Amino acid sequence: MIPLSWYLILSAALFSIGLFGVMARRNAIAILLGIELMFNAVNINLVAFWRYLDPTIMNGQVFAIIVFAVAAAEVAVGLALVISVYRNRKTVVVDDLDLLKW
Amino acid sequence: MPPINFNDIEVLLPLIILVIWACLLLLVDLFIPKKHKWLTALLAAFGLALTLGFTLSQLGSESNGFCATGKPSICMVVLDGFSVLVNALLLLTGLLGVALAYGYLKRMGIERGEYYTLMLFSISGMMLMAQASDLIIVFLALELLSLPLYVLSAFARSNSDSQEAGLKYFLLGAFSSGFILYGIALVYGATGSTSLSQIFEIASVGTSSLLLTIGAALILVGLGFKVAAVPFHMWTPDVYQGAPTPVTAFMTAGAKIAGFAALLRVFGSAFPNLSEDITPILWALSAATMIVGNLLAIAQTNIKRMLAYSSIAHTGYILMAFVPYGNPEVAPVSIAAGLFYLFAYTITNFGAWGVVIALEQKESKGLQISDYAGLRRKYPVLAGAMTVFMFSLIGFPPTLGMVGKFYLFRAVLSGGYTGLAIIGVVTSLVSAFYYLRVVVNMYMFAGEPKTDNEFWLRFTIAGAALVTVVFSLVPQGLFAWASRAVLKLF
Repeated sequence: MIPLSWYLILSAALFSIGLFGVMARRNAIAILLGIELMFNAVNINLVAFWRYLDPTIMNGQVFAIIVFAVAAAEVAVGLALVISVYRNRKTVVVDDLDLLKW
Repeated sequence: MPPINFNDIEVLLPLIILVIWACLLLLVDLFIPKKHKWLTALLAAFGLALTLGFTLSQLGSESNGFCATGKPSICMVVLDGFSVLVNALLLLTGLLGVALAYGYLKRMGIERGEYYTLMLFSISGMMLMAQASDLIIVFLALELLSLPLYVLSAFARSNSDSQEAGLKYFLLGAFSSGFILYGIALVYGATGSTSLSQIFEIASVGTSSLLLTIGAALILVGLGFKVAAVPFHMWTPDVYQGAPTPVTAFMTAGAKIAGFAALLRVFGSAFPNLSEDITPILWALSAATMIVGNLLAIAQTNIKRMLAYSSIAHTGYILMAFVPYGNPEVAPVSIAAGLFYLFAYTITNFGAWGVVIALEQKESKGLQISDYAGLRRKYPVLAGAMTVFMFSLIGFPPTLGMVGKFYLFRAVLSGGYTGLAIIGVVTSLVSAFYYLRVVVNMYMFAGEPKTDNEFWLRFTIAGAALVTVVFSLVPQGLFAWASRAVLKLF
């Protein structure tokens, strides 16, 4: 069986890639993708912990499903906001959104 | 499937009523003609008042809800004195939010019924946060309160500032949720449970594990974003400036209360054993927040931005109360002082934002501090109320802000954090500079400020000013309530 630490390393790497994406990308949609990577890193963590700690208690699985649902709701709101900004400003690059001092 | 347990429903009764009311309001609003949106506002206020009534009827009762079968100690939600107090405060925030929003939305031409529904959903998330006793619920509540707030920030669809504020708030809010989630996952991995009481039990037997500490720290980072503590405050001035002003007023109070409730629930009931590691971090966060918030506020010329930095600074003051959270001798008094300060800040803050709303004109005009010149001559009552709020934010007697700071500094000193108290006092003195600048503008300079006569807005401002002064003379009852409420937590 693959040791637990491998999953944790994978998850940490994915989280870091997402974090880097949020920090480095300037397009709002790319930033949103980075955030999704961070959420999915958490899901790997949750399911791996569930499997290795005590598979009879479903906490981790259920939590992962709740995270899916919340992430979907968040994307719906986020993309709506991106579209709304695009209609007003014709750009979704966060560096160009400088009406308020960023 | 297990049968429905009526005790579970009783624990969450106010929340359930509020959510059902919000869903119904969403439907009913479709049939209310555009000219009569005051009906939606009235219905929303009525729903909030009804929920407030049910919340207050729970006063003194204590129980757990949605527990694991056969294990009554592992529960999802809890009802105790603390949750009742915080819920009542949140519902009051909601009522004030509706009162401030009604005239403003009409005047700015963005009057749509969804506003009130979104607000009700957001408040239900905040209430769930105050009652959470499981990390899953903490996360769910956090999202439930945040998502409507993102939409509300961008509510003025034709206003680019508001759109920008909404997007920025969303991006940084979702980013911080990522941190909280990762922290929760690590805590789950370290203890094998997401229930706060279980985590406490498991963490108190074994030696402290690195995984648990890192998880707790990540949760702290995420919640720091939500309550706008330095260095996680970058979004605050932009969002508070760009969002429609009643939304900002609602966010500064509501989101802060909910964030601190989560901080207290999670750290107070699950991680008291980590206090050796966490307390120094909280100390540094609090000190940095007070210093940076107050210093940056000095440079602002826009009143919304100035009040945004002021709200960051007040986060620092309230965080001060959480520093000794792991010390059961000092913590109850300290946290009670923090809750009292939250109440004082909520009332004062709504008043101050109310005055800002009264003077704001279309296209973000009337928002410079220099626009307040001549207010005393033209609208003496409004100027007097604003003076009361500014004095309260500084901490001058006889206002709630002064009493709040007194309790707070006393608690911090008795906990032995003299350095922190000194920073608090010095930064309060610094803050007098920018708050008094508004007062000087109103009283000393000539100008032609304009405002409309809106009954509910005037009513809220006058009421807030009255409460700020009167309650400062008789604060003991409220403080005793707050002390009783937190006593059971430790």
